[in-house]
Amino acid sequence: MTATTSVPLVEHFAEGLDAPICLTWELTYACNLACAHCLSSSGRRDPRELSTAEAKAVIDELERMQVFYVNIGGGEPTIRSDFWELLDYAVDHHVGVKFSTNGSRITAETAALLAGNDYVDVQISLDGATAEVNDAVRGEGSYATAIQAMEHLAHAGFEGFKLSVVCTRENIGQLDEFKAIADRYGAQLRLTRLRPSGRGADVWDELHPTAVQQREIYDWLMAHGENVLTGDSFFHLAAFGEALPGLNLCGAGRVVCLIDPVGDVYACPVAIHDEFLAGNVREEGGFQKVWRESELFETLREPQSGGACASCSAYDACRGGCMAAKFFTGLPLDGPDPECVKGNADLLLANVADGSAPKPSGDHSRPGAVPVTLMRRPDRSCDENPLAGIALGAS
Amino acid sequence: MTVALAVLDRAWALSPQVSVRPERFGALLYHFGTRRLSFLKDPLLLTVVQSLSDAPSARVACERAGVAETALPAYEKALARLADTDMLQERTS
Repeated sequence: MTATTSVPLVEHFAEGLDAPICLTWELTYACNLACAHCLSSSGRRDPRELSTAEAKAVIDELERMQVFYVNIGGGEPTIRSDFWELLDYAVDHHVGVKFSTNGSRITAETAALLAGNDYVDVQISLDGATAEVNDAVRGEGSYATAIQAMEHLAHAGFEGFKLSVVCTRENIGQLDEFKAIADRYGAQLRLTRLRPSGRGADVWDELHPTAVQQREIYDWLMAHGENVLTGDSFFHLAAFGEALPGLNLCGAGRVVCLIDPVGDVYACPVAIHDEFLAGNVREEGGFQKVWRESELFETLREPQSGGACASCSAYDACRGGCMAAKFFTGLPLDGPDPECVKGNADLLLANVADGSAPKPSGDHSRPGAVPVTLMRRPDRSCDENPLAGIALGAS
Repeated sequence: MTVALAVLDRAWALSPQVSVRPERFGALLYHFGTRRLSFLKDPLLLTVVQSLSDAPSARVACERAGVAETALPAYEKALARLADTDMLQERTS
């Protein structure tokens, strides 16, 4: 690196960029699945969702702001009848698209179309390396659906699509198997952190990794380096020692944000709550004004104090962890992450009164189809104890 | 060392699959083929990178941008890294 800059790059990111690096856009709250840990409590379409014309106007704006690509999700984004139209529109306007899907609409035909386009990336969600573990969280048949989608993509010659796994207590013992599945289909493995957001709050106590498992994830990620993506979501584990590949910083409102199906802009995809709502793309000035001028984002870009964590030797490494994880477990934002590897949150968590943690702002769960109820697998371990795309390279 | 030196004496251009977004600290580069993001931590490096395609060599691009002689090794290293990650492509003409 050129030695001409005295301020570390991460400090520039902390102060915010002219446009997000990593923008998540959830196109719809409609979903054919009802995953137990869904971050956005998806299920039913919201009648106020952006129209095709409004969505295209957002894409025009992203092009003007030079947002390189968007992470499209949901809900299940491919359920929108204009999904393929919007995908083409984004690509034609130089906005790359990576979309997350459960695979149900990835047929041999769509896989062939996707494989031929450099500006489109696909991310298949799978939360168990076996049908037993996956379907317990994502619903009956969802493992087979995801595997079939990966077969179609591999057969079509789509190299390097993503296999995305939310790490839970039930699947952390399967990390090597996930890697094997990704390798089998020529995919890249992406591991992300379970968050107590959306319906994730309901299953957090049962599914979040144990302290022993947190160390297991850390060691596994250190051993696999940049070959495994994390969306920078495990930076709280940097307190174990060496930093993981990536920015190791909470990017909320600084380098990342979320546009939800109705156009609301939140600081982060895992923070859907009024507390983290910065504005709406339908307002005068659109997304750009929200990103550059919203009061919330301005605040998030100010230097953070560290609060109760400031005196901890690991603070420079973990920076207090994930804002949303603290918020939805009822912890103060300037204190430790609920999964603080030093155990500094344990006492605080014990003092959070039952039911006092904030609830997500919107629930789009389908009343008819109750979210997947967790079925305990035949017990493997009983170690109970509390404990995030990009390929980054600095030049 | 010979390999690294050669970087400055060859002609380069940004890969057509790379998008550049200037930022206060320098620039962000994104490669749509490798889906890799890189940072230019210095506005002067951005000037060099943007003028590569009009210069007969990277050394000339550096001179035109006003890179000091003593700073050349650092720029050489940064350009080599960009070439390694396919952000830059060698030009034959």
